[in-house]
Amino acid sequence: MTNSVLYETPGPRAKRRAFYASFGVGAALLAAAAWALIQLGRRGQLTAEKWGPLIDPTNATFATLWNFLGQGLLRTLQVAALAMALSLVIGTALALTRITSAAWYRWAVVGVVELLRGIPVVIAIFFAARVLPELGIDLPTAWYLVIGLTAYNSVIIAEILRAGILSLPRGQSEAAYAIGMRRRQVLFSVLLPQAFRSMLPALISQLVVVLKDTSLGFVIGYQEFVRQGQISIQELNNPIQAYFVIAVVFIVVNYALSRVAVFTEHRLSRRSAAGATTLAQREPVGK
Amino acid sequence: MHVILANLPLYLTGMATTLEICLYAGALSLLIGTILAGFRVSPLPPLRGVGTSWVTVFRNCPLTVVLFFMAFGFPELGINFPYFWFGTVGLALYTSAFVCEAIRSGINSVPPGQAEAARSIGLGFGQSLTSVVLPQAVRTVVPPLGSVIIAMIKNSAIVGAFGVGGDLYAAGITLTSARGEAALPVLTGVVIGYLLITVPAGLLLGTLERKVAVLR
Repeated sequence: MTNSVLYETPGPRAKRRAFYASFGVGAALLAAAAWALIQLGRRGQLTAEKWGPLIDPTNATFATLWNFLGQGLLRTLQVAALAMALSLVIGTALALTRITSAAWYRWAVVGVVELLRGIPVVIAIFFAARVLPELGIDLPTAWYLVIGLTAYNSVIIAEILRAGILSLPRGQSEAAYAIGMRRRQVLFSVLLPQAFRSMLPALISQLVVVLKDTSLGFVIGYQEFVRQGQISIQELNNPIQAYFVIAVVFIVVNYALSRVAVFTEHRLSRRSAAGATTLAQREPVGK
Repeated sequence: MHVILANLPLYLTGMATTLEICLYAGALSLLIGTILAGFRVSPLPPLRGVGTSWVTVFRNCPLTVVLFFMAFGFPELGINFPYFWFGTVGLALYTSAFVCEAIRSGINSVPPGQAEAARSIGLGFGQSLTSVVLPQAVRTVVPPLGSVIIAMIKNSAIVGAFGVGGDLYAAGITLTSARGEAALPVLTGVVIGYLLITVPAGLLLGTLERKVAVLR
């Protein structure tokens, strides 16, 4: 409720005014929607012929179309999962080398991170698909997409994890060293697990980005969800309807994922708040 | 290296087109994003609804789908623009959602006392937002807005992939696909071109950030 500080708690008059204004705005929005629908109808965009295959289960092509689109969606999810898993592994390795290694090595990692962060992900994908075959590395198209996405996202995940490790209180590593752990043990059993947990919301948000970016597979002709949609449009001639449905699917999946991120964030903050109170309660015992 | 030097004019005009796309899309998205942020904190529920649904739609939908919709859906409705404007407007609409969220977080970070003081001297919602809260909010959001803008510069390559002729990405495609040059040197040139835009932009935003920072 931080926003309500911007305006007074409405009195009876302000409430009435707000009601009329809301009514006006709502009516304007409805009018705009109605106008859009009428325009769509006039141009023959609301016919069962255009929408039926996408939303009507009794339509003859419904099953075939969704089977076709489903294959694409499955490929999208597979590529996203694979790219995310690889990015996590490589990102963790990069974050650890940047924190622990010798100075010259660290600078090399910083260079790679800054370079990959500065280039567009679509270029990274195109680069992988064109340059790797030239170098004699022939892979299925899906792998070029995975490699491009991983190159771009692993450095971002490395930065997220590094921020997570650096934000931990010094006492964590000091205590671990004090009980005789080695450097590797400190990193893997004390620092990394905590960094992963505190950065979980940011990592899930990055998963949304990866999922959206798989649609860039079209530049290298990979048949993911959007590309399958494109192909179906050539057959059914319904760009508006098909892209609308594709957008809805993406929005639903990604919105669900970002809700998961928000939910974990709440849970984590509640848990750490609980941890803080127990510490505070314990403090007098030491005195 | 030879390929890059031989085709330097192509690269340079490509960079100019990319910059042009970014300039228009950046200005437009800042404008729309700020208005939307105003919507999202306004006292009228329908306006808040518009702001929230706009942000939800454009943040969760890939830019590719937005661009496809504009490029292939709009002509069906009889709306025809040059391709350049479809790309630029699509990029601006997509980016505006992220701009809105950055500015809204800035509005939330302005101490409540500021808005309370504005209200107590009799300013209404519009006045206290535009003359007290937003000027302070914009200063605090320079770093997140900066990363949104840099992400937009990188996303302009996707607009290029749709065949907005003559931008930096299109230069790479022309050289590799149409003229059959080796991909490694050509694309290295494209990467350098993008870095020549994003790195100075990052430095510029860093300077701006130090200049306008609010000390609290």
